[in-house]
Amino acid sequence: MRNKAIAALASTACLLFAGAAFAAQPMPWQTDLQPAASGIMHEIRWFEEYTLWFIVPITLFVLALLIVVVMRFRAGANPVPSKTSHNTAIEIVWTLGPVIVLFLIAIPSFQLLSNELIIPKDTDLTIKATGNQWYWSYEYQGEKELAFDSLMLKEGDRSKFGKDDKATYPRLLAVDNELVVPVNKTVRVLVTGADVIHAFAMPAFGVKIDAVPGRMNETWFKADKEGLYYGQCSELCGKDHAYMPVAIRVVTEEQYKTWLTAAAGDIGAANKALMAAADGKKTVDVASSAK
Amino acid sequence: MASNHDHAHDHAHDHAGGHDSHAAHDHHHTPGFFTRWFFSTNHKDIGTLYLIFAIMAGVVGGALSVVMRMELQEPGIQIFHGLASMVYGFEGDAAIDGGKQMYNVFTTAHALIMIFFMVMPALIGGFANWMIPIMIGAPDMAFPRMNNISFWLIVPAFILLILSMFAQGPAGGYGVGGGWTMYPPLATSGTPGPAVDLAILALHVAGASSILGAINFITTIMNMRAPGMTLHKMPLFAWSVLITAFLLLLSLPVLAGGITMLLTDRNFGTSFFAPENGGDPILFQHLFWFFGHPEVYILILPGFGIISHIISTFSKKPVFGYLGMAYAMVAIGAVGFIVWAHHMYTVGLSLNTQRYFLFATMVIAVPTGVKIFSWIATMWGGSISFRTPMIWAIGFIFLFTVGGVTGVQLANAGLDRAMHDTYYVVAHFHYVLSLGAVFAIFAAWYYWFPKMTGYMYNETLGNLHFFIMFIGVNMVFFPQHFLGLAGMPRRYIDYPDAFAGWNYVSSVGSYISAFGVLVFFVCVIEAFMKKRVAGDNPWGVGADTLEWQLSSPPPTHQWEQLPRIK
Repeated sequence: MRNKAIAALASTACLLFAGAAFAAQPMPWQTDLQPAASGIMHEIRWFEEYTLWFIVPITLFVLALLIVVVMRFRAGANPVPSKTSHNTAIEIVWTLGPVIVLFLIAIPSFQLLSNELIIPKDTDLTIKATGNQWYWSYEYQGEKELAFDSLMLKEGDRSKFGKDDKATYPRLLAVDNELVVPVNKTVRVLVTGADVIHAFAMPAFGVKIDAVPGRMNETWFKADKEGLYYGQCSELCGKDHAYMPVAIRVVTEEQYKTWLTAAAGDIGAANKALMAAADGKKTVDVASSAK
Repeated sequence: MASNHDHAHDHAHDHAGGHDSHAAHDHHHTPGFFTRWFFSTNHKDIGTLYLIFAIMAGVVGGALSVVMRMELQEPGIQIFHGLASMVYGFEGDAAIDGGKQMYNVFTTAHALIMIFFMVMPALIGGFANWMIPIMIGAPDMAFPRMNNISFWLIVPAFILLILSMFAQGPAGGYGVGGGWTMYPPLATSGTPGPAVDLAILALHVAGASSILGAINFITTIMNMRAPGMTLHKMPLFAWSVLITAFLLLLSLPVLAGGITMLLTDRNFGTSFFAPENGGDPILFQHLFWFFGHPEVYILILPGFGIISHIISTFSKKPVFGYLGMAYAMVAIGAVGFIVWAHHMYTVGLSLNTQRYFLFATMVIAVPTGVKIFSWIATMWGGSISFRTPMIWAIGFIFLFTVGGVTGVQLANAGLDRAMHDTYYVVAHFHYVLSLGAVFAIFAAWYYWFPKMTGYMYNETLGNLHFFIMFIGVNMVFFPQHFLGLAGMPRRYIDYPDAFAGWNYVSSVGSYISAFGVLVFFVCVIEAFMKKRVAGDNPWGVGADTLEWQLSSPPPTHQWEQLPRIK
């Protein structure tokens, strides 16, 4: 547990100093939650760290007690055992102590839960995500109707989609058509399953909700950084469970509007145009932060 | 009772004080090999059968997990397409698809085997069968022939499960790949072949075996305690088994009902879980976890009882806070029935439902904390000898604590949103089961091995076994916390390259653990070859429960004159 805390500190420090190297996907030897790209995920990250402040010391305390017991009360050091088998005071302490700790954890926990589950009234956009064996279908609901499937990018199709860069479009995470949403807008997601249960998950947004056939589940997110984000199906759904990623591209409002209009006609061309615009901007960002 | 009951006098009477002259008659009535092991009604023989069965099933379940870790050692598919073409005769792309399904079959079978055919038979059928009658001063279980049926049901159940791995599953694949949870529609319309039916039947038969066993234990413990042994003087292992038996009796019928509905949905046109005809897949999850959560306490509670005895024996002190320990287990068992939906935080439960299950789940940490602290307090002031069982028990306390505190994190629905169905959960439940329940099983094995066999194991080998396993399993499961935090989902045959590092460490840990199991077998074989006589009580004054008053191994029938408890 201590290793974890140290590693968590180290990775946080790395992030602070890395600046523009914002990870929207898992990184090698990562020991911590993915960096937050939504308010909810910021809260989840804070809460996870908060719980560590209780559970790491408790674990170390138990370890310390065991070490003390092993050193002090081994037969060599203490040949005559005591006969103590009761101590009401200490039994009350170790019953009430944990109760207090649990209350300290529960209070922010209830707050976090409410913030996650109470969907803001003023949603800007509603998207329906349907889990299929083994891909996602997305439907934009609003004046402009748009529906498309999102399948994992096959290695052979990289050039066809202009996704040769494996750092940006990693194996098993990249898809042919990403879900595109505007930054800083509240997006409501309706999630259901077409055949078996799947789960729509986006770690950087703190979103995970099951796609259950016959049910319409509801969740939401408000991405606060532009970028390309990856998640993976999170409910066992058959042989290709590991091969139906979720990819969400967060862009500016104008880029989103241009894309939406174009996508209604030709989704492939719209995506390429958007990639040119978004990736061009990213290069500029990296260049400016490097100074 | 066997017909030789009246004459089977034995060493126990040295202590009980009488009838030594009949001891010589004992072997006249020893049953033949076939009668003894196949028609057995003796709790000790049935316990031995259960232990042998659990070891064999454990080897199968463990081998499945090592193959999975070999596959996950690096990104990509390395093992399973070859395995699928070897076992099922697939070729080319069909082998890849068959391999992917086969991986899911392995995760499913690993879980079912370890839960139903390794941990439960070892702790309840094995150690509890062996020791409960002895520890409460009873000559045998209340229903010896039902005890026999319990064992002989578990064997065909295991065979049915193994058969399911070779039966048609989904189109183009074999076996049940829906996980031990068997959620519909994946386990109904998603897997049309008969494999799921075989697995359901296996669980029905294993469940019947466990229910009969539970009835037997409850009756035995309630009615056959020695004179003077009130419930509040009963050994903690007996308490733990009594509570476990009640959990089994109350939860297994719900599983049986759920999987029967699954069976009729699959074969007889019902629609309990089929949304297209008004059913609801989530109903199955409620039924499953109403069983499934008590089930995880069924796996660990007997271990709690065993650890208490071992800690007390080797500290040479009575258990600290005996009543608190007993009622902590009662509380864990009771609260265990009202927390099931914390396995379902992401299915779309309402805010208030999640609030309730969050709070109820956190409550369990309190009695669990009482147990951890009471074990340490039992050692405090003691005169501890670090024999092999004690080392396993101390390892158990620390590792169970690690698994326990991550459980407190996961109880928080808001945080579970990030961790649900990731390797964080896999790490958590393996810390409490693989490093909790299994460490308790090994502790019990070394603790009672001299009593059950009459031979002393080799301390060096026992220690070596512990340290290899301790390093191995921590290497397997600690890095899985990191993988889970980074977002790696469970039940994946292949993963993004970024997860490669910790997966490699985890796989190496698995090979070390497998080597540890080999050391275990060497230790057992060595003990049987060297035949060092253990004596009635190898552990000294700390071992004050009734089994240590009998010979090692105990006579065929013990306590013909009931011991009296002060």
